Amino acid sequence: MTTVTSTSSRAVSPQLLLVLVLIVLAMIAPFGIYPIFLMKGLCFGLFAAAFNLLLGYVGLLSFGHAMFFGFSAYVTAHAAKEWGLTPELAILAGIATAAVLGAVTGWLAIRRSGIYFAMVTLAFSQMMYFVAVQAPFTHGEDGIQGVPRGHLFGLINLNDTMTMYYFVLAMFVASLLVIHRIVTSPFGQVLKAIRDNEPRAISLGYQVDRYKLLAFILSASLAGLAGSLKALVFQLASLTDVHWHASGEVVLMTLLGGVGTVFGPTVGAFLVVAIQNYLSEVGSWVTIIQGSIFVVCVLLFRSGMIGVMTPWLKRRGITG
Amino acid sequence: MIMKRLLLSAAALALSAGMAQAQYSDNKVKIGVLTDLSGTYSDLAGQGSVEAAKMAVEDFGGKVNGTPIEVVSADHQNKADIASSIGRKWYENEGVDAIFDLVTTAAAVAVREVSREKGKIDINSGAASTVLTNAQCSATGFHWTYDTYALAVGTGTAVVKQGGDTWFFLTADYAFGQSLQAQTERVVKANGGKILGAVKHPFPNSDFSSFLLQAQGSGAKIIGLANAGSDTINAIKQAKEFGITQSGQKLAGLLVFISDVHSLGLDTAQGMQLTTGFYWDMDDGTRAFAKKFGARMNGKMPTMVQAGVYSSVTHYLKAVQAAKTDEGIKVADKMRELPIADFFAKNGKIRADGRMVHDMYLAEVKKPSESKGPWDYYKIVRTIPGDEAYQPLAESTCALVKK
Repeated sequence: MTTVTSTSSRAVSPQLLLVLVLIVLAMIAPFGIYPIFLMKGLCFGLFAAAFNLLLGYVGLLSFGHAMFFGFSAYVTAHAAKEWGLTPELAILAGIATAAVLGAVTGWLAIRRSGIYFAMVTLAFSQMMYFVAVQAPFTHGEDGIQGVPRGHLFGLINLNDTMTMYYFVLAMFVASLLVIHRIVTSPFGQVLKAIRDNEPRAISLGYQVDRYKLLAFILSASLAGLAGSLKALVFQLASLTDVHWHASGEVVLMTLLGGVGTVFGPTVGAFLVVAIQNYLSEVGSWVTIIQGSIFVVCVLLFRSGMIGVMTPWLKRRGITG
Repeated sequence: MIMKRLLLSAAALALSAGMAQAQYSDNKVKIGVLTDLSGTYSDLAGQGSVEAAKMAVEDFGGKVNGTPIEVVSADHQNKADIASSIGRKWYENEGVDAIFDLVTTAAAVAVREVSREKGKIDINSGAASTVLTNAQCSATGFHWTYDTYALAVGTGTAVVKQGGDTWFFLTADYAFGQSLQAQTERVVKANGGKILGAVKHPFPNSDFSSFLLQAQGSGAKIIGLANAGSDTINAIKQAKEFGITQSGQKLAGLLVFISDVHSLGLDTAQGMQLTTGFYWDMDDGTRAFAKKFGARMNGKMPTMVQAGVYSSVTHYLKAVQAAKTDEGIKVADKMRELPIADFFAKNGKIRADGRMVHDMYLAEVKKPSESKGPWDYYKIVRTIPGDEAYQPLAESTCALVKK
């Protein structure tokens, strides 16, 4: 983000200032708030941001993102536990798995649009869910437990909660920068053009399928990164993350926060995670509360929390 | 938080110069009951376990050496990741000193990992898999009420001896089911029986038709149900609907709780043999507990899991009192030292691998005509001595067992 803004204006723009303030806040947050909760929020925030890359900027509603999130968690957990890889290599293995899965699923799914696209991705995701149930390396209902966090690059001990938090935060900020770079690049402009008017993009000579596929793979890889990080944070990879509930939750997070905004999905993710975390004592009521919030959100502010705030922020020149 | 603890321990240290002062973190002994409050196992553990823990604390007087005891509870929804994150939150953020019940092996193992890392106590009453006292054993982890080994020995031996020598298994597809199946297979073979096959079903499951048809097709005399809770109930009910039980094949519920018998009704469940660690109607002590429990739970009688939670909380509090601290390792040592003698376990003792060894019972479900009133369900056929019921220490793969 720094590179982008510094070329456009020499003075510190309000937008850059806001981002810096947010980063500073995120850095001091673990001293006041339970760090594991923050890390969970960041992981799901990244997951939702990755999903939003596809829904918000290409207009493709995937209903199978849990397979990238959950399967890369499994691969990372397996790599770290059974093969003894260092965390960065285990994460790379997870991302690579998600990218390959994304390439295969995307290659087929982008041939359809709308509800059919959602159904194809859901079908693939369910297939991967049953692979996860049956494959011996995932340990079925038990999941892969006791995953070692290990030492980053063989040097930095991630078993310390604070160190782990800053590592997750760094990965999160870097990923959001990547997403911001993607959507503001010429490539991102083409994606938005496809979203708004696909026949026109085709008539202008763009190979729409190629753009869509690349966006799909990028989104899958980033979702994979989120899953890998979660596996290391909780030292656990389980069926919950590959279940279609997770695919549904990420849709909820993105819509609550605001589709097509950079920070919206993160806000939505933190909201949903906070509800789950602080209301876990009330048991199954959590889902009912989530549902009501979703209904209220759809009725009152359709563009999500950040989406509603955007015009207000724009007037003050904060978001470009 | 750290500063506060430092100050507290400094203060405690200063005091201990003068006298032996009890040291309790946060000036509170806080116990957590982590269980299934909404799902498959909520009837056999769930709210009843929470009440049992509260009763134990009240009967203890609500205080240990003048320090108040607090009980918290949460629903892990039988999911390992939720169990692990609640356990972590409790230990790191809310000053919980020990976690109880932990029904469902997947959740129990997840909490075991966290407890070991934090040096805190976890006492399983609900989970069944012997993995908790073998590969996953820990210096601060205990297994209280029963396990798959004891179930296999109790029910498996009894059934084979009565002529049920060919078996087919319906197994819940996770560590508990697999462990129960493997151990029952061993017992069946050791007694001269044969295994004709097995099928794994997802957990939790509601439609058993295809699995039951496979079991029927196998021609085995006994269909072993290596599952629990509503899975077992559904399988038994559907087996009746399919006419499997009427046509001569017998069901052997390897883990049946009194709450399951209550849901099935004596008509369906009569004659079934099962292994249990506790029955409410055995002597005055068990009846007194059951009466108090029933008064708080709308007349329900305690399952062995719930009675086990009461017993384990009481023993934990005794150890905390005797050790004068709530520090995990020290309390765990004290727990191993003290004998267990209450209405639940008359001659219980804790072994190096964390197994609480006590007598188990082989029970038979009464016929409707034999039952004198509500919850009068079991005849105790045989008392299985603890040393016979549980895996011998020499066979344990637990790293803490000296060989």
